[in-house]
Amino acid sequence: MKKEVIYSMKGPFREELKVKGYKFGEGEKAACIVGAIRGNEIQQLYVCSQLIKALKELENKGAINSDNEIMVIPSVNQYSINIGKRFWPGDETDINRMFPGDVTGETTERIAAGIFEKTQGYSYGIQFASFYRPGDFVPHIRMMETGYQSPSLANLFGMPYVVIRKPKPYDTTTLNYNWQLWKTNAFSVYTKETDEIDEKSAKQAVAAVLRFLTRMGIIKYNSHSGYIASVIAEQDLMPIRTEKAGIYRRHKFPGDGIERGEMLAEILDPYDGRVLETITAPIEGIIFFSHKAPLVNQNEIVYEIIKRFHE
Amino acid sequence: MIETIVSADLAVDEKLTLEKNRLQPQELTGEEKRISIVTGLYGDELDGEYICYELIRRINSNKKYLKGIVDIFPSCNPLGLASTTRGVPMFELDMNRIFPGSEKGTTIEYIAARLLDDIIGSNLCIDLHSSNIFLMETPQVRISEVTAEKLVPIAKQINADFVWVHASATVLESTLAHSLNTMGVPTLAVEMGVGMRINKKYGDQLVEGIFYIMKQMGMWEGPVETPKEPIVSTDGSVSLVHAEVSGVFVPEIQHGEKVEKGQPMGSIIDSLTGDVNQIVEAPESGFVFTLREYPIVYEGSLIARILGGAK
Repeated sequence: MKKEVIYSMKGPFREELKVKGYKFGEGEKAACIVGAIRGNEIQQLYVCSQLIKALKELENKGAINSDNEIMVIPSVNQYSINIGKRFWPGDETDINRMFPGDVTGETTERIAAGIFEKTQGYSYGIQFASFYRPGDFVPHIRMMETGYQSPSLANLFGMPYVVIRKPKPYDTTTLNYNWQLWKTNAFSVYTKETDEIDEKSAKQAVAAVLRFLTRMGIIKYNSHSGYIASVIAEQDLMPIRTEKAGIYRRHKFPGDGIERGEMLAEILDPYDGRVLETITAPIEGIIFFSHKAPLVNQNEIVYEIIKRFHE
Repeated sequence: MIETIVSADLAVDEKLTLEKNRLQPQELTGEEKRISIVTGLYGDELDGEYICYELIRRINSNKKYLKGIVDIFPSCNPLGLASTTRGVPMFELDMNRIFPGSEKGTTIEYIAARLLDDIIGSNLCIDLHSSNIFLMETPQVRISEVTAEKLVPIAKQINADFVWVHASATVLESTLAHSLNTMGVPTLAVEMGVGMRINKKYGDQLVEGIFYIMKQMGMWEGPVETPKEPIVSTDGSVSLVHAEVSGVFVPEIQHGEKVEKGQPMGSIIDSLTGDVNQIVEAPESGFVFTLREYPIVYEGSLIARILGGAK
């Protein structure tokens, strides 16, 4: 393992920001794995730390196949992590909305450009990402529909679901989207949590990446074969929204199978505890996403359901 | 006449309401033109609040001159405005990057869709912005290249100091102005001042311009002032000046000044060591239409924009 500073920047009043890359193996740029770009991506940081630990052991056993280089970047943005902010401390911008970046541009454009330069040219790009809506997901691989995406490759992670998202204009400046445009096969791996560590889904994510690297001939690793993924277009997920606002009491969780008419959640009056709304499943399916916060507004999406599939 | 465009219950005993004020002649012929004045998409941009007030005050004081319909939307992000927050509190995406919104999306995407629906049908929309808290801006209209032919003649009437025609970017396709222009409502995005402050002089300048435009549209029969002739720029004649080091920026010039190429515009100092880490020099001669207002800078922070220099 080689540890390198791949980007650095001296910030005002703080120690220099040093973005570190952990490299395993030598030769062709095979896979690049990126963790926390936002300051609350603690699970993403944790998953990378566990992956680095596993790759270090594999390398010591000689299990990195020759002519393959893997680079893991556990954190791009410890300046935000260390002060509990999701976005860049200087101006609240999001580094993951700045790719491919600009070396002569604003601060986060420069950081994005610096990171992008060092993460380009790999055959596979894997990002542990977080979504803009707070809540829990079924662990899955997410890809942008750029015309370059390859769901069959995504299937090799052995995660239960692969979601294809039609990019909106604000998606065009993410790392995933730009990796694809620059000919890196890009995958975003979503585990259950962001702000907190979830051991179970973290282990699942580490196993998925090691499985993928094995199947692509980059490492030797004996793994469970995982799932044959269901490939879902994001627009086919059925959103369920609230009619009332109040305290949110969740009864069903991501991954749960549900029958039509089954209760998913209740919304309570925040003052007297009356049930204002009972949210029921309009169809049979599996819960893909659920709202997690204890309060909810009117017209909020609280669940997304995968239709027709069975557990 | 105050109208509610859309509302949503918040979790605890409060409603989020987006309102507009419609001003129209006592008797309608059905042939009236309609102008929409929109502001407050960002909660820290406040100049538009004064402009809305002043427009309403002058129209109500001289109602006999009004021959068209004026819709004023002063607070498109009411929670942000009320809480000193640039974005929408508890919503991660930039509200001016989610248009045209979505009936099926999150609460804020839904609100964006309803706002857009309400503006559609206007003969003209003026989207008023201040700068953020970091930069001071001269009153200007920003127009993407693709809409320049149609919008520059209107922009010249609004009494701004200049019109900046900039290159198109995919990410900007999700702004309110872009969405409306695409949907056939000519829309000017106007920028002035600095975040979290009101510059009354700039506000009065733009109010004069809006009345002039209304007169040209046959919506206002009262006396108006002839607008100043703005400089029309292109990207090629705008120079951007970024901090090359982090630290504390202390300006040597005033916003709106003319500078000569090589002239020191300010210093980036180190308040611990007493060192000057960068003397920021003007890269071109010209007019400083943007100047750093907030002193703390990171490497890459925008210090100034200068209008001048050959393409």
